[in-house]
Amino acid sequence: MPDLGKYADTVLSAYAISIVILIGIVAVSVWQARQARARLEDIESRRNTKPKT
Amino acid sequence: MSIWEYANPTRFMQTSGKLLPAVSVLSFVCLVVGLIWGFFFTPDDYRQGSTVKIIYLHVPSALMAINGWLMMLVTSLIWLVRRHHVSALAAKAAAPVGLTMTIIALVTGAIWGQPMWGTYWAWDPRLTSFLILFLFYLGYMALWAAIENPDTAADLTAVLCLVGSVFALLSRYAVNFWNQGLHQGASLSLDKEENVADVFFFPLLVAIAGFVLLFLALVLLRTRTEIRIRRAGALIARERLS
Repeated sequence: MPDLGKYADTVLSAYAISIVILIGIVAVSVWQARQARARLEDIESRRNTKPKT
Repeated sequence: MSIWEYANPTRFMQTSGKLLPAVSVLSFVCLVVGLIWGFFFTPDDYRQGSTVKIIYLHVPSALMAINGWLMMLVTSLIWLVRRHHVSALAAKAAAPVGLTMTIIALVTGAIWGQPMWGTYWAWDPRLTSFLILFLFYLGYMALWAAIENPDTAADLTAVLCLVGSVFALLSRYAVNFWNQGLHQGASLSLDKEENVADVFFFPLLVAIAGFVLLFLALVLLRTRTEIRIRRAGALIARERLS
């Protein structure tokens, strides 16, 4: 760990907040992508199995 | 081969599906290397002390906040002129990512400003134009959410994007033509004399590459999500009709 001197709190809080925000947007994007994919696959499989009239 | 082939959703899904893993891995590597290099292996600045390490978050995020909006401007113009749905969805997908970058830039700037300027916030030209850019991102996303018809939403948000581009450009150049603010001049410049010292510059370049690639990866992923949501909506509408 580098010696951050009297600005340790400042630097560490900037890094902590930024990393949390970055992880947040990545997590939300991946979760939404999975939800959308599962929903589309569900609709498509339902369509494919539906008896044709 | 024409670039307009990617306006076809199927073609876009195929190509982005191949690109996404590579862009994601590269972005992760660049971010980890850039931030670790900057945080652990660069010296303190003679005036700003260890707070200079915030530059590896603040500058790349601010850069992507502005360029994210400019990317939305290009895709919005393509929608308005050529009516390609993928471009409208790419603009929609980029907005939350650009908003995230703007929040990081504002927060890290405020944290950095406190010890250097003695205040978290000042109504400085660059800070103020960035706050307006943040509000434009919020307004843009709210407008997409508020309008049910996707084509109307794409039209109106595209117009909002054109208006907001003035503030995106203002944020970019505010430090150049308004000298009375607290914010320092540009950290990166084509003029080598104006650039930060090399010891800070190279890790900063790697961190910037990481943020650019992260933005690209997230926009690709989110555009794919928007295409799937649109397709699911169309299939459900077709089911109801039949």
